[in-house]
Amino acid sequence: MEGYRPNEQNRSDVAHIGRSVIIKGELSGSEDLYLDGEVEGNIELRDHNLTLGPNGRIRANVNAKEIIIHGKVDGNLIGSERVELKKSAVLVGDIATQRIVIEDGAYFKGGIDIQKDTTPRRDQAAAALPTGTSTPVTSIVNPPDTENVPESAPSFTK
Amino acid sequence: MGSVANSLLRFFRGGASAQEQTGPGAPAGSRRSSGLGELTRLLKGSEGLAVLDLGPTSPANIAHFTNLGHRVYNEDVLLAAQNPEYKIKCEDGTTEVDVDRFFRENLVFKNVKFDAVLCWDISDYMTEPLVKPMIERIACVMNPKGYLLAFFHTKDAGAEAPYFRYHIDGAETLKLQRGPKFSLQRVFNNRHVENLFRDYGSLKFYLARDNVREVLVVR
Repeated sequence: MEGYRPNEQNRSDVAHIGRSVIIKGELSGSEDLYLDGEVEGNIELRDHNLTLGPNGRIRANVNAKEIIIHGKVDGNLIGSERVELKKSAVLVGDIATQRIVIEDGAYFKGGIDIQKDTTPRRDQAAAALPTGTSTPVTSIVNPPDTENVPESAPSFTK
Repeated sequence: MGSVANSLLRFFRGGASAQEQTGPGAPAGSRRSSGLGELTRLLKGSEGLAVLDLGPTSPANIAHFTNLGHRVYNEDVLLAAQNPEYKIKCEDGTTEVDVDRFFRENLVFKNVKFDAVLCWDISDYMTEPLVKPMIERIACVMNPKGYLLAFFHTKDAGAEAPYFRYHIDGAETLKLQRGPKFSLQRVFNNRHVENLFRDYGSLKFYLARDNVREVLVVR
């Protein structure tokens, strides 16, 4: 399945959690993270980026600078700069960000709040998303894909 | 002979097979939507409204409303209704839909009421026991004076009317994309539509050339 795969050059700049790893509890860090395992707990990467690989599962909220989702998330996403749902993404939860990119084929159930200035706060990840004024931001939209239309609603559990 | 014909078609068309061109995901042209145009005009004067799209996730639809300054919520209820876990076996061996469970798990919104709902033609394809409760639930999660846009096939559309995904492409245009092979369950006439929305305020009908009737409903 296509997706982000850290190569040797950038692997050292990005923390990597493999598909066999299961973490229960809050995860925080001060570097970019590539996650292809399971995390049941909030993820706090404030000024850094999170990429969820195609095998990745998150059952909690995420607070990061840029968030790229290939896998499954059951929780809210707060991306202070950008959130991107790839075509294999399954998200049940809300999104707050400045820019949103959704590939056709992604499954999304929840709300999107485009904000001019998203200041990540610890309580935002845990509570319902803020409903303050939204400033429209041009979203980059991919043309409709010709495949990957699910026959039934994707199940979050394995 | 069939494979020879397909090969010739592929040669001359230089690309996808006939199945790929009509299968799920294939583009299916565009249509003008007066109902969408009216809805867009009504929403343009305000910002920060809450819009609920009950169709499949559409990047175009999300971009359309977020660029107008609104919040967008997405829930593909027709796809959700296909979940076999909502089918329960009765004592006589037949199966029926677990309506209570469906509405415990879907169309549940905390802390938000909607100013606009895009219902598309879901009512035409939805399992019968879910249709009326779905419309009633939508009424409960809408703000007074909110707008609901719904499409209904006319009798001329035929029983084989394909299910399309609707992608907004401008204020009054929808791009159509072949969706999953859902079967048309019923055809509403005007009286049926009025009865379906009897808990709402006013209805306005828009006729189109393609055997689809559009209705803009005010909560």
